Amino acid sequence: MVSRTAAHVLLQESVPVVEPAAADGVFTLLWLIIALPALGSAILLVGGRRTDPWGHLLGCATVAASFLVSLVAFVALLGRDAEDRSVQQHLFTWIDVFGFQVDAGLLLDPLSALFLLLVTGVGGLIHVYSIGYMATDPRRRRFFGYLNLFVAAMLVLVLADSYLGIFLGWEGVGLASYLLIGFFQHKPSAAVAAKKAFVVNRVGDIGMALGVMLLFATFGTTAIPAISRVSAEASDGVLTALGLLLLLAACGKSAQFPLQSWLLDAMEGPTPVSALIHAATMVTAGVYLIIRSNFIYENAPVAQTAVVVVGAVTLLWGAAIGCAKDDIKKVLAGSTMSQIGYMMLAAGLGVAGYAFAIFHLLTHGFFKANMFLGAGSVMHAMDDDVDMRHYGALRKALPVTFLTFAMGYLAIIGFPGFSGFWSKDKIIETAFDQNLYAGLAALLGAGITAFYMTRLMILTFLSEKRWAAEVHPHESPATMTVPLVVLAALSVLGGVLLLGDWITEWLTPVVGSEEHGELPLPAIVYTLIVVAVVVVGVAAAVLLVARRDIPREQPQQVSLATRFARNDLYGDRLNEALLMRPGDSVVRSMADFDDRFVDGAVDGSGIAAAGMSNTFRRVQTGYVRSYALSLFAGALLVVAALLAVNLA
Amino acid sequence: MTTVNDFPFLTAAILLPLLGAAVLMGLPRRSGRDLPQVVALGVSLVTLALTAVMAVRFDPGGGFQFNEQHTWIAAFGAHYAVGVDGIGLTLVMLTTILTPAVIGASWRDGDPGRWSTNSFFAWVLVLEALAIGVFAATDVFLFYVLFEATLLPIYFLIGGFGGARRSYAAIKFLLYSLLGGLVMLASVIGLYVESSRAGAPTYLLSELSEIMADVDTATGRWLFVGFFIAFAIKAPMVPVHTWLPDVADEATPGTSVLLVSILDKIGTFGMIRFCLGLFPEASTWATPVVLVLAVVSVLYGGLVAIAQDSIPRLIAYTSVSHFGFIVLGIFVLNSQGQTGSTLYMFNHGLSTGLLFLVSGFLIARRGSRYISDFGGVQKVAPVLAGILLVAGLSSLSLPGLSPFVSEFLVMLGAFLHHYLYAVFAVFGIVLSALYILLMYQRTMTGPVRPEVEGMRDLGFREVASLAPLLALVVALGFFPGPLLDVIEPAVASTLEHVGAEDPGPTIEDAAADAEPTEGGDE
Repeated sequence: MVSRTAAHVLLQESVPVVEPAAADGVFTLLWLIIALPALGSAILLVGGRRTDPWGHLLGCATVAASFLVSLVAFVALLGRDAEDRSVQQHLFTWIDVFGFQVDAGLLLDPLSALFLLLVTGVGGLIHVYSIGYMATDPRRRRFFGYLNLFVAAMLVLVLADSYLGIFLGWEGVGLASYLLIGFFQHKPSAAVAAKKAFVVNRVGDIGMALGVMLLFATFGTTAIPAISRVSAEASDGVLTALGLLLLLAACGKSAQFPLQSWLLDAMEGPTPVSALIHAATMVTAGVYLIIRSNFIYENAPVAQTAVVVVGAVTLLWGAAIGCAKDDIKKVLAGSTMSQIGYMMLAAGLGVAGYAFAIFHLLTHGFFKANMFLGAGSVMHAMDDDVDMRHYGALRKALPVTFLTFAMGYLAIIGFPGFSGFWSKDKIIETAFDQNLYAGLAALLGAGITAFYMTRLMILTFLSEKRWAAEVHPHESPATMTVPLVVLAALSVLGGVLLLGDWITEWLTPVVGSEEHGELPLPAIVYTLIVVAVVVVGVAAAVLLVARRDIPREQPQQVSLATRFARNDLYGDRLNEALLMRPGDSVVRSMADFDDRFVDGAVDGSGIAAAGMSNTFRRVQTGYVRSYALSLFAGALLVVAALLAVNLA
Repeated sequence: MTTVNDFPFLTAAILLPLLGAAVLMGLPRRSGRDLPQVVALGVSLVTLALTAVMAVRFDPGGGFQFNEQHTWIAAFGAHYAVGVDGIGLTLVMLTTILTPAVIGASWRDGDPGRWSTNSFFAWVLVLEALAIGVFAATDVFLFYVLFEATLLPIYFLIGGFGGARRSYAAIKFLLYSLLGGLVMLASVIGLYVESSRAGAPTYLLSELSEIMADVDTATGRWLFVGFFIAFAIKAPMVPVHTWLPDVADEATPGTSVLLVSILDKIGTFGMIRFCLGLFPEASTWATPVVLVLAVVSVLYGGLVAIAQDSIPRLIAYTSVSHFGFIVLGIFVLNSQGQTGSTLYMFNHGLSTGLLFLVSGFLIARRGSRYISDFGGVQKVAPVLAGILLVAGLSSLSLPGLSPFVSEFLVMLGAFLHHYLYAVFAVFGIVLSALYILLMYQRTMTGPVRPEVEGMRDLGFREVASLAPLLALVVALGFFPGPLLDVIEPAVASTLEHVGAEDPGPTIEDAAADAEPTEGGDE
């Protein structure tokens, strides 16, 4: 017991314990935040065509209402003292088997509160946008049903107070993602992409499932508050294993190396889906999981290093892909992968990085959703063409889209003053503070980001017009442009969260705080270096893209590096060679083995089969009678055997 | 054993469907107006109501209930003895819930056979009666006789109403089952020998379990093996599973549900009731081999399922995988695993029942059971596609649907036994995603194939047959409590009998610490 108290004290210094109070007052409404979109989804999906005329409105209303409740809860949390900003609402007992007790409970603290606002706020805007974007689709009502389902599941994920609860939301968003990627089901490519996303995520789920089991085997519970209280007592081996298992889960959901391949294919989904699920919210769930589990990672340095490595590799991997793609959505997808790599890297840096990971997660949520929706607006104007080589000079035809997109662009490359500037700068600075290589990777990534995003801007909005004569680009309707304007404003102003270190202080009760180490150089120097690298990236794009002719067809005589990047660095090929093809032949030979060998051994192949059908023919003559007879004979045999034993 | 309730509920639940079957056989051959169907449905619903009353009256902590006992063959010590604990009740309920759904979904499946529609539904009801009897038997001899007797209705349902190769399938099923039955018979006789030696012969489970405690180790192990082989064939486990895919391929969907969702559970039910109940020492002794076989079944069934083109065969192989999970949970000998397994038996009944029935609708519409003959069905029959997807998601144990709870508990139990079993078994979740979603993708998505263009969506009767099962799958996914409460005490008493103890957490305090915060707000 003495050691435990000591550990407690030790723990409290580095990682705060999650000690929520029972929910009272407005916090008793927490369940509504999930229930509203869940109800909306149920009505829209079960109600069928009857709900067609107003389905999209209901879909928006539930998320808007959920946003309002979230806002009220957030404000109420603001009004409390820092150490009291954690409440728990017990809903019902989900599973209770011999000590394996899992309650359906909600945990609202500064971390989950920010996610609530992001998911319902940005989610709500994307719902409104979808009214216009899906206006001509006959299955729009169903689309909103799936969107609502997604929002509900995502809210379960971030509000759950136990790991099994997180798992429930985790798989729920996976299902919604599956349904929405494959929304255009008549396209085989969409159906394949949907299945791929689900299966790759299931590989990550192996980590999640085993992680939850190990948590229970170790701590006898899966409740977050209880585990946070005693996690430091677990052995190093267990904590490292837990950290790595949860990292595997995070890699699946957040499309991090080596489970990144599904995200590019996921662009088969309608563009609002890409914005909501595959940019702003779901794909950041891995980052959330790791920061939620900070009490595990803080005592598992090996696992933390693994997180940093995964983040660094993915941020460069995704950026490289972004450079070579001509499909506007795939550039953005590569970019998303890369930006989440930044968040992962920051999360792996520990107490110094958690808050900045979340900060970047939020600003990225704003500017990437903004740009994906902008891309959707462009596609809307260009008859769903996604090839940037067919765009050009769209700034005049789509002024609102161009201007709002430009705000997102400036934010992501880190133009001074814009939201992304603050959040990325903080991550790079912290990375340098902790580890030189991590810092260099993050710095290099910033340069590449500036390059591929500038390339995207030039190809799409600037340069010469390259569209065919029959295309008549037009600005999108207000339901689409208004969300764009709001998100653009957030992309510009998101940096205010850092004013007076608000976000770090807000998150301190959850993630702890650490005195900044002495940087070898003053902070302003890092900022200047980052800006310089960004300028180089932009300049390179101007020189290499804008100053040259842009062919409408993708040139095939390109450097090895470009070919690599166009093929997603052969990640899919690698999967195919290492997993899919061997897997396929294993499955086939197993089925063959089962047919010929296992079954054959019993059938005695051919001969016995022939014999069997003979037997059957014999039995068939007088069918019922002869069967009854043999059954009777069998019964007699039983009785005879028993009597024999009895008499013996 | 005294009688708790005056009314012989279990006997009534067995006799009612038998009576219904007799009435059906007495009906004129062409009665018109779907009379046999209506009679069968009515009888099965009354039986459901009867067992529902039982479930309400059941006291979870009260051990075996609704006991009845009458001497049958005094010379052998055989009795007509029935009674249910939480495990038996769960499976009886599964039987009475699925039977009306099967009847509703099979409305027209009895028509084209060489035999009358009357006989189809009569056999279904006979099967229901026998299944209830098997799950309620507390006398080994009675169990054995009923166990063998269930072959009869299934044999006729396959041979009389199945597909083109039904003769082959029916005979294969029969030979396999008889073989298993024969092996079990040897052990049943062995029990008689042992109980005679200990005094008077008896087949009563309650008396046998005490007598068997004193039997020497070698004998106990031999007798165990006899029972286990019979149950492994029934379940079915790798490598004695190959009869199932052939049968599923030829049987009508309703027959497959009765067979796979209900009758095959006799195998895993028998493992708990008889293998663990009578031979605790031998069960513990056999654990490593059984667990490895179970994990092999999980992975093998899943892998082979992926390669199947025939939908019923695919579902059959998924069941091989699922039964692997059930056996795994039973033999890890801890509370979580075994509770999970019992719940799994129920949930697998629902999810596989749904899969067989909805894919049966699909196959009947197209006249082909091969995945490669479909494509784009989602567009022409969205309701059918939606139900197939939910059934598939429940089969792949998506959290929020009932099979997740049981599968997770089984894996948790395996992990607590030795983490390596869970590390291997957990790959089952990737395989299940593959076999379900590949099948869905190939049949439901993509461009609409010309052959499926005119396909009707599900009608009212078809949706109504499946809706109760769908509702249960969702409801039990979030609120498995009522079922778990019934199962838990039965599992506890089984494990106490085996002498198994649950491993505690490495760090004791966390769970205890959790108490004050839990339930803080009601």
